Amino acid sequence: MNKNIIIAGVGGQGILTIAAIIDLAAMKLGLHVKQAEVHGMSQRGGAVESHLRLSSEEIFSDLIPLGKADLILSIEPMEALRYLPFLAPDGVIVAATEPIENIGNYPDREKVLETIRQSAQHLLVEAEPLAREAGSARAGNVVMLGAASPYLGISAGQMEGAIARFFGRKGDEVVEMNINAFRLGRAQAIKKDETNQ
Amino acid sequence: MTKLLLGAEAIAQGALDAGISGVYAYPGTPSTEITEFIQRAQRDPGKTVRSAWSTNEKTALEAALGMSYAGKRSLVCMKHVGLNVAADPFMNASITGVHGGLTIVVADDPSMHSSQNEQDSRVYGKFAMIPVLEPANQQEAYEMTRYAFELSEKSRLPVMLRVPTRLSHSRSTVQRGEPRGQNPLNPSTEKGQWILLPANARGNYQRLLDKQEELVALSESSPFNWVKRWSNEETNNITGVIAFGIAYNYAMEVIRAYHLPVEVLKISTYPLPKNLVNRFIEKHNTLLIAEEGYPVCEELLKGYRGDNALRGRLDGTLPRTGELSPGLLAKALGVETSEPNAVPAIVKGRPPMLCQGCGHRDLFHALNEVMAAYPNYRVFGDIGCYTLGALPPFNAIHTCVDMGAAITMAKGAADAGMRPAVCVIGDSTFTHSGITGLLDAVNDRSPLTVIISDNETTAMTGGQDSAGTGRFHDICRGIGVAEKHIRTLVPLKRNHEENVKVLREELEYEGVSVIIAQRECVQTAKRKRKKA
Repeated sequence: MNKNIIIAGVGGQGILTIAAIIDLAAMKLGLHVKQAEVHGMSQRGGAVESHLRLSSEEIFSDLIPLGKADLILSIEPMEALRYLPFLAPDGVIVAATEPIENIGNYPDREKVLETIRQSAQHLLVEAEPLAREAGSARAGNVVMLGAASPYLGISAGQMEGAIARFFGRKGDEVVEMNINAFRLGRAQAIKKDETNQ
Repeated sequence: MTKLLLGAEAIAQGALDAGISGVYAYPGTPSTEITEFIQRAQRDPGKTVRSAWSTNEKTALEAALGMSYAGKRSLVCMKHVGLNVAADPFMNASITGVHGGLTIVVADDPSMHSSQNEQDSRVYGKFAMIPVLEPANQQEAYEMTRYAFELSEKSRLPVMLRVPTRLSHSRSTVQRGEPRGQNPLNPSTEKGQWILLPANARGNYQRLLDKQEELVALSESSPFNWVKRWSNEETNNITGVIAFGIAYNYAMEVIRAYHLPVEVLKISTYPLPKNLVNRFIEKHNTLLIAEEGYPVCEELLKGYRGDNALRGRLDGTLPRTGELSPGLLAKALGVETSEPNAVPAIVKGRPPMLCQGCGHRDLFHALNEVMAAYPNYRVFGDIGCYTLGALPPFNAIHTCVDMGAAITMAKGAADAGMRPAVCVIGDSTFTHSGITGLLDAVNDRSPLTVIISDNETTAMTGGQDSAGTGRFHDICRGIGVAEKHIRTLVPLKRNHEENVKVLREELEYEGVSVIIAQRECVQTAKRKRKKA
């Protein structure tokens, strides 16, 4: 087992929450974990990413080598493309389609999505309606975690267990809402998979 | 007990388990999380480690030295440029030596992710002639912090622990050891040691020089330095890599991935283990020196005349600047990798920006309107979120050099004849290093307008307590700014006209004036609401 995952987004979108949930699941499975984060200035609305590495053997580098990421999981479409140099030739992009247009020169959304489609295997998910359906517009990150879950090398059950542990302090309602968000995201991945077959 | 910890948190846990009685620090990326972890741990009942933020790195280090004098173990944490502020006690604490263990953590920021330079703190360590430890991973960060306190008490010297951003801000599992209790109160009874009159200092300095051989011997036998080969093939004349601290990880990543017949010497302690290094160099015809930061050891090992068998940052085998990565090590070791995908041209830069609703925004709008009346105006700036006022759409400040420099540079410019001389400084930066500069301006009657943009917190590093909150008017009055030229305004859209008027009046005043633009940081306010 060896997974290199880039989690990307804009400061404040909750990418560290996603990373923390995957960490919990991976640790329960006894995997080695390394997770490099961005703190400080960039968190003020800038581009942020986390390099998450899971492995059954010792992990040396905190950074994923270029061309070695199995998955780019991005909560924002343009941010998915920023880390393309890290993506392995057979790697997958799972990205939310809703742009965060906090810069003046944000490119045309359709062109961004089209570039993703041309760049790699991909799954594009409209996360916000699913987050609302789950019960909170802010659960978009967990929707995306669900959408990416088939590519993590960790079972859905293990992931849901980790979600329950992560949100447990906040009460059953929050846990249930996030599990719903995760399942709605995961269903998108499974639907796409069936379409392909 | 295994926990998933940031490198910074592993250091904090190591210090707690080493029995510290206090941590002293001023926030600074990438060091802040060390102190924050200790502060969180102190919320449990019965915890007795003091951990409140210090006003700056100098006061932090001096207080830690005082705790060491009293016989207890103390930790000091700062970012690399913070050590410039603390350089005076740092250099002299190596002359006094310590009593209780004293560990100074310095977090360097190669590639300048959140800093104005990428100075390498190991140079300071060598300058002060104290032991420097450089862990490669989170587990070592924990263990080496504990070891730092033992080494400090054994050598009777402060010990520096150096970590780069990439280790401080990366998580991995850490196995804790058995915690040790705190030292009892046991003030030093040495007299000459602590009074650095020249006659004493000369003796202390000689003792520091005499200790160097012992420090090298400790490095020679350190369990944190070792030689490793990935493949077991016996090949002659294979390349050697001397990898320091985190550079070891990048070297091993590449050697394993590509099955390279390369031997690695990992070094995590300074002064260098001379024999270990010499033996390794003699064994290899080609050597790569991999250091995260300046080519400090490369320069030393290469020597003035230059040993061409040693390759690294000086001959371009590795880049001279910026942090290392697996890709850079692969290239330096001659691995042919396929060209990675390019970043598509459609991707635009997304720099950090001031939050929506931030008071700095309203201040800059008002200030820009007022300054527009002066041709070729300049505004001196400082370090904090408001440095982002240098970027569009504000373009409101023209300098950012070091903590407190806004006031003193504006003063110097005023002395040179620049009118109006205006500067913007944050509340926490003002108490960190701005007050003394303001006193200079008052004493010199320099015509200067100081705007303290007071958001009641140290915002850039995540909202730590600010040393002067609620007292800026009193502080400025106390050091001699005329009462009627200390003005307070609230930077809000609805106050815009009034704020413009206040700014305009004080800019025209030929003397020292202070404008306190006071509104709580929106991030702090949000956190408070969440808690309530």
